[in-house]
Amino acid sequence: MSPSTVWFVVIGASVGAYLLKLTGLSVPAGALKRPSIRRAVELIPAALLAALVAVHTLTDEGALVVDFRLAALAAAAIALALRAPFIVVLLVAGGVGALGYVVAG
Amino acid sequence: MKPNTSERARVVRDGVSLGTAVGLYGIAFGATATAAGLSVWQASVLSLVMFTGASQFALVGVLAAGGGPFAAVGSALLLGTRNTIYGVRLAELLAYRGWRRIAAAHWVIDETTAVTVRENRQELSRLAFASSGSALFLFWNLTTVAGALGAQSFGPVLQAALDSVVPAAFLALLWPRLVPGADLLREQRIVAVGGAVIALALTPVVAPGLQIIAAGLAVLLAIRGFSAQPDGASSQRDETPPLEDPHPLGDGSV
Repeated sequence: MSPSTVWFVVIGASVGAYLLKLTGLSVPAGALKRPSIRRAVELIPAALLAALVAVHTLTDEGALVVDFRLAALAAAAIALALRAPFIVVLLVAGGVGALGYVVAG
Repeated sequence: MKPNTSERARVVRDGVSLGTAVGLYGIAFGATATAAGLSVWQASVLSLVMFTGASQFALVGVLAAGGGPFAAVGSALLLGTRNTIYGVRLAELLAYRGWRRIAAAHWVIDETTAVTVRENRQELSRLAFASSGSALFLFWNLTTVAGALGAQSFGPVLQAALDSVVPAAFLALLWPRLVPGADLLREQRIVAVGGAVIALALTPVVAPGLQIIAAGLAVLLAIRGFSAQPDGASSQRDETPPLEDPHPLGDGSV
C-alpha cells in the first residue's frame, strides 16, 4: 500500500470514527433504542474483538500457527480472571511472550 | 443539591487516574502502528483524530497483516459504532449544546462513558467526562509518540513482547463482555466464539482483514435472523435490562 493510500485510510477512518461519535450525541433520544439495533451494537464488538484476538494470536501471514503468543494470551487470561489492572495484564502478556520467544527460539 | 468539594475531588481523581492508566497503553499502540509500517505522523494522527483505541488497533492490525484499505477502514468503523450508542446515553447526562457538543463528541469512548454514567448529577457527570477525557487524550497522544519512536529501536525479543501484548489488549477489551454481569452474557459468549472461529477459518482463504469484517457481518445476519420476531417493546427505556431472548442464537453450551 502506497504512503498516500495509508494517509487516505488514516484520515478517512478517523473522520468516520468522529462522525459516529457525534451522531450518538446528536440524535434525538430514543432514535437508536429499537431492540434489534441495540442488540446489534451490543454484540458486534464481541465478535470483532474475539476475531482480532484469534487472528493476532494464531495466524501469521495467512497461515494458522501456534507459538509464544498463545502462551502469552493464556497468561493474560489468567491475569484478567484474577482481576489484574489493564496495564498489569499487558505487562504479563509481554513478559510471557518475550520469555516464550527466547525459550522456544 | 450542589456537589461538595470532596465529591468533586473524588470525581476528578478517578477520572485522571483512569485516563493515566489507560494512556500508558498508547505506548503499545504507537509501537504497533510503526511496526505495521505507519509513520510516526500517521500513528499520531490516528491517536489525535480517531481517538478510540480498539478501532485504532484494528486498523493498524489489518494493515500489518497486509489488508487492503476497505478492510482497514471497515473494521475500524464497525468497532466505532459502539461509540454512537455511548453518545446516545451521554447526551442525556451531559446535555451539551452547540460547539460544546461538537467538541465533547471527540471524547465519547469506552472509558469516559464508564466514569460518566456512574454520576447521576449533571455537574458531576460533566466533571467526570471532562477530567477522564482530558487526561486520556493527553496521555494517549504523548504515549503514542513515545511508543512510535521507541519501536524503531526494538530488537526481536521486544518485538515478540509487543506481538504478545496486542492480542492481550484485545482480550482485555473483550473480557468484561464475557463475565457474569455483562448485558446479554449468553449471546456475547456465543458471538465471541463464533467470531473467533469464523475469522480463523477464513484466514487462509480471504484477503487479510476481511476475516475480521466477516466475523462482524455474520453477527449482524444472525441477529436479523433471530430478531425478526416481536420488536414490539421498542419503547423501553434505556435502563431496562436487555430482554432474555426467546429465540437464542444457538444451544448456549459455551
